[in-house]
Amino acid sequence: MNSFLAQEVPLSWYLLLSAALFALGVVGFLVKRNLITVFMSIELMLNAVNLSFVTFAHQWHAVKGQIFVFFVMMVAAAEAAVGLAIIIAVFRARATLAVDRIDLMKL
Amino acid sequence: MNASLHLWLIPLLPFAGFLLNGILGRGLPKWLVTAVALLAPLAAFGVVLNAAAGFFGFGPAVGSLPYIETCPIPWIDAGVLHVNFSFVLDQLSLVMLLVVTGVGFLIHVYSVGYMGDEEGYARYFSFLNLFLFFMTVLVLAGNALVMFVGWEGVGLASYLLIGFYFNKKSAADAGKKAFIVNRIGDFGFLIGMFLLLANFGTLTFSEIAAKLGMDPGWHGGVVTVIALCLMLGAAGKSAQLPLYIWLPDAMEGPTPVSALIHAATMVTAGVYMIARTHVLFDHSPFALGVVAVVGAATALFAATIALVQTDIKRVLAYSTISQLGYMFLACGVAAYSAAIFHLVTHAFFKALLFLAAGAVIHAIGGEQDLRKMGGLWKKLPLTFAVTTVGVLAIGGFFPFAGFFSKDAILYAAFLRGPGGKALWFVGLLTALLTSFYMFRLWYLAFLGKPRGETEHPHATPWSMLGPLVVLALLSIGGGWIGMERFGSFLAPAVGARAAEGGSAHLELILSIVAVAVALAGWFVADMLYRQKPARAEQLAAAYPGGYRVLANKYYVDEIYGAVVVKPLLGISRYFLEWVVDVGLVGGCAWLLAGVANLSGAILQRWQSGNLRSYAAWLAAGAAVLLLFLLVPWDAVLASFPAIHFGIAGH
Repeated sequence: MNSFLAQEVPLSWYLLLSAALFALGVVGFLVKRNLITVFMSIELMLNAVNLSFVTFAHQWHAVKGQIFVFFVMMVAAAEAAVGLAIIIAVFRARATLAVDRIDLMKL
Repeated sequence: MNASLHLWLIPLLPFAGFLLNGILGRGLPKWLVTAVALLAPLAAFGVVLNAAAGFFGFGPAVGSLPYIETCPIPWIDAGVLHVNFSFVLDQLSLVMLLVVTGVGFLIHVYSVGYMGDEEGYARYFSFLNLFLFFMTVLVLAGNALVMFVGWEGVGLASYLLIGFYFNKKSAADAGKKAFIVNRIGDFGFLIGMFLLLANFGTLTFSEIAAKLGMDPGWHGGVVTVIALCLMLGAAGKSAQLPLYIWLPDAMEGPTPVSALIHAATMVTAGVYMIARTHVLFDHSPFALGVVAVVGAATALFAATIALVQTDIKRVLAYSTISQLGYMFLACGVAAYSAAIFHLVTHAFFKALLFLAAGAVIHAIGGEQDLRKMGGLWKKLPLTFAVTTVGVLAIGGFFPFAGFFSKDAILYAAFLRGPGGKALWFVGLLTALLTSFYMFRLWYLAFLGKPRGETEHPHATPWSMLGPLVVLALLSIGGGWIGMERFGSFLAPAVGARAAEGGSAHLELILSIVAVAVALAGWFVADMLYRQKPARAEQLAAAYPGGYRVLANKYYVDEIYGAVVVKPLLGISRYFLEWVVDVGLVGGCAWLLAGVANLSGAILQRWQSGNLRSYAAWLAAGAAVLLLFLLVPWDAVLASFPAIHFGIAGH
């Protein structure tokens, strides 16, 4: 028990988790039709990348990775604010959030 | 060190006149336009006189000829090509300048009266001044390229002035014809210049002469080709066979223009150019022979056409072509100073004849048809008198100017071996015809009974009569300079050849023969047009074929139309327009547009507007990139033996 707790979690586990989260995000991004879900998938991908940043920062005892994570979080927050505002505007205009129906750019 | 003569003022003064009248002329009062237009050539003439006075020992001594003035800034300095804007004043250009600016000034004065009521008065004088600018550049040029600038420029001025009445289609067409036919000649001049540059490495006349002088047998063939190219240029400008066709049509311009440009000065540029480059011709007997034969043929050919023309200006135009033929004939027998002598006297009497014809046309309200004139001597006595002088001068009667110069040419031809005898005979025949058609003109226009409505001719203003009188005096006295004196004066510039077998005795006999022939021409004209006026028409009716050929100028325009113009038009219309323009150029444009359209149609399917498809492409692209990174390229490349071998083979 004690020895189990004292053991470090291996690097590969973090990376596997990060990759799995990222893949989930990609799949959600591609498969989901609701704009909000698509948006959440993007956030998921961002956070998956954040996780690998933190992992490597810890591994290499370098602080740059951590700093980068803060940047990503900050941009993600801003993006969430703008993105949600756009989504609300789209919903008001079209009364739908299905990505397949938002296709005015098509020729 | 020579005192500065300010040669550059000679062309630039008329150029200033051109700019002033050309830009501001429409807004200036008429007297100011006239003052500017007359002062510019007068001042240029003054500069020339000043230079001449220096050389003849009056005024400040200026040293010896040739006097060279070069612009301190190099004009072209590229590789082997070094050209400066340099002017040369030697005996040849001095004589030419005196004629160009002197006769030019007289014709400017005449134009004040002649063009007084015309629209575009300022435009006319600005063009006339522009012509003088380019003509003096041509004459003063120290190298072929500067001469070419003047050469093209006088062509431009000629075009502008032929087409002065641009509302008239025939005038606009004549201007274009003159310009295009001259292009053919200019092509020859250009090729000649390229060859000069390639073989001599210089375009400066004096350097070419020096290089030729060092080695008398200088690359015979090349010199012949160069001389023939230059001859083509001269034939275009000076209206020789086969390029003479533009000059008769050039009579569409105002009459003073015909006098200045198409009789006295510009058309003699070809003769001047041959005299200027005479060293080349001296090294090529073949080219000289071509010049002589072309000149003699042109003289006779044009004279026969002039026999039956009924337009007073056209008679004079063909006569000009014929007299230019004389000058070429003289050049061809290497009697350059005789050619220039005839050029000078011809400038006097032909300008006189044209201006007199202009006075007649002006007086009777624009009528140019000889058949509708007649009996004008009573109404225009002074014009009649000066025309008589002109006719006697061109006919070669002693002691008028034409006698001396024509005689000098015939004498030089006669002494030029057996071929020269034939040339002499052609020249003599031409003299007979010349005398005949000039007296025909004289009888038809001034004597006999009036045949048109010429009861109340307009008065001729003094601005027109003055130049006529001066030119008449020059036509009487101009020849008395004498060939001997003139030849020895020009000798340093054009060389002098001792005529073999010549003697004063022979010269006297030839002169008597020439005058007798001229008298015979007068006699025939007198018989046909005074004693029995009906006989001329009977004669024409008796030989309808011959008459028609002459009246239609040997159908040369028609032949050129069929041989050159029609095929060119056909090629332009069918081949160039439909095959090249529509097919090739248009086809390429269509092809490019089609490719763009098609690829657009295909690629636009990508832009589905569907967000998820974009996302899918993005993901796919990222996946491909990842895979690309994962491939161990070194190992893969190493497994290709050919590449490996290629490196190992090193």
